[in-house]
Amino acid sequence: MLSVEHLDLFHGDARALDDVSLEVPDGAIVAIVGANGAGKTSLIRTIAGMHRPAGGRITFRGVDIAGWPSHKVCNLGIGQVAEGRQVFPSLTVLENLEMGAMLPRAKALRRRQLERVYALFPIMAERASQAAGTLSGGQQQMLAIGRCLMGAPELVMFDEPSLGLSPTVVQDVLRTIRDLNAEGLTCVLVEQNVAVSLKLASRAYVLENGRITLSGTGAELLADDRVRQAYLGL
Amino acid sequence: MASLYVNVVIQGLLTGLIYGLMALGLSVIFGVVRVVNFAHGEFAVVAMYAAFILFSRLGLDPLVTMLPIAAGFFVIGYILQATLIQRFVGRPETQQFILLVGVAIIIVNVLLMQFGPDAQPVNLSYGFDSFLIGPVIVDKSRIYAAVAAVAVATVLFAFFRHTRTGTAIRACADNLTGAGVVGLDVKKLYALTFGIGLACVGAAGALMVTIADAAPSLGPAYTLLAFIIVIIGGLGSMTGALVGGVLIGVSEALAGFILVPAMKSMFSFALLILVLVLRPQGLMGRRT
Repeated sequence: MLSVEHLDLFHGDARALDDVSLEVPDGAIVAIVGANGAGKTSLIRTIAGMHRPAGGRITFRGVDIAGWPSHKVCNLGIGQVAEGRQVFPSLTVLENLEMGAMLPRAKALRRRQLERVYALFPIMAERASQAAGTLSGGQQQMLAIGRCLMGAPELVMFDEPSLGLSPTVVQDVLRTIRDLNAEGLTCVLVEQNVAVSLKLASRAYVLENGRITLSGTGAELLADDRVRQAYLGL
Repeated sequence: MASLYVNVVIQGLLTGLIYGLMALGLSVIFGVVRVVNFAHGEFAVVAMYAAFILFSRLGLDPLVTMLPIAAGFFVIGYILQATLIQRFVGRPETQQFILLVGVAIIIVNVLLMQFGPDAQPVNLSYGFDSFLIGPVIVDKSRIYAAVAAVAVATVLFAFFRHTRTGTAIRACADNLTGAGVVGLDVKKLYALTFGIGLACVGAAGALMVTIADAAPSLGPAYTLLAFIIVIIGGLGSMTGALVGGVLIGVSEALAGFILVPAMKSMFSFALLILVLVLRPQGLMGRRT
């Protein structure tokens, strides 16, 4: 569905991504693990069109989208649940959700998607007219996921969805991702919670200093000594 | 004597609403695009001349021509942002400052070349008429202009509050990264915002010409005025701009009446310093 080949990205003079290649098959959960600053968020934002790559190809359903602006990438059906949730704090919950459906592909589906999001997260319906900034961290994460789903995406990239959340909420969020995947949504998952994300993932990549250093199925990486030492503390 | 003061205050309040509309444009542009339009007052003066020409050549009332002028200014603002100012978004403030001061200098000098330095009046047929409400006398033209300013501001508030495009513009101001994440077309929304900001100035300039004569030298003065108003009201706050406008209008009128008109800006600056000391984020501003 999505394939990244030899992607390079610079922030000023600093190399953020170095010859990154990866493959996201239709219907899969692909995990990307790595330390802070390894380039995970840069990778996601480059695919999403928020950074312009220096070289390489990003192909989505056969179309090379490298260098496209984010609103065009989103309109192809590539959604993003960003690190730090990135909700609009002074807008109401409903307004936040509507902002997820501003793209041409989502406009006609707005009502149906809203019902789907409300069914998935009933608390969003209860809080519809409340400012998003007043929600708890977990609720904001649900809003960020709901807002992304409003765009009727086929592929969603989750960037640290469990960051800063309480353990029970983390379970809720991860369960939601698994359920969405079971309904057919293709997912890219960047998680600090390496053990859990590798268990969920059908395929995984290890990113170090902007390079892919290891890849395999989730189970293979879970069994790999280097991964166990570096990320699981075993 | 007391009724005289009431007269002056009302006079200032009505003028202040037009100032407020002008400042509203500056506030909207800064609040969203994060660029300070240092050519703001100059654009207001261009609108004054536009209204002046339409009046003197075609006999059209500025209250009517306000709408096409605002529409024209919207287009100018949209194109200006999309082609020129967008390249400076995110660059150091000094560069933005020089760009817009440059635009301001060009405008003032083109006006000087075209119309000369003398003030050009618009003499409306009802220019000297007034309403008598009890002991209070108010100019008709001032009332009409203030009502029109409030109407334009109301339309703008409704646009930002109740339309999806308006909400999307607020979303950009709220969290720019978030706007990119959901795939809002930020550049287009910025161009729309600059267009809306200039439409405000266009409307305000057209209204201004009914109570003040058009002159190129007003440009820098109005830029400063709009700036003071926006800082008093709170940068980025829309209601703040209107409230600040009214405050400055009233203080100017009172200063001109009690002391001498030439000292009126002293009062505005005193008000500015007072606000900066007591409430640095502005009367309606949010603390960041």
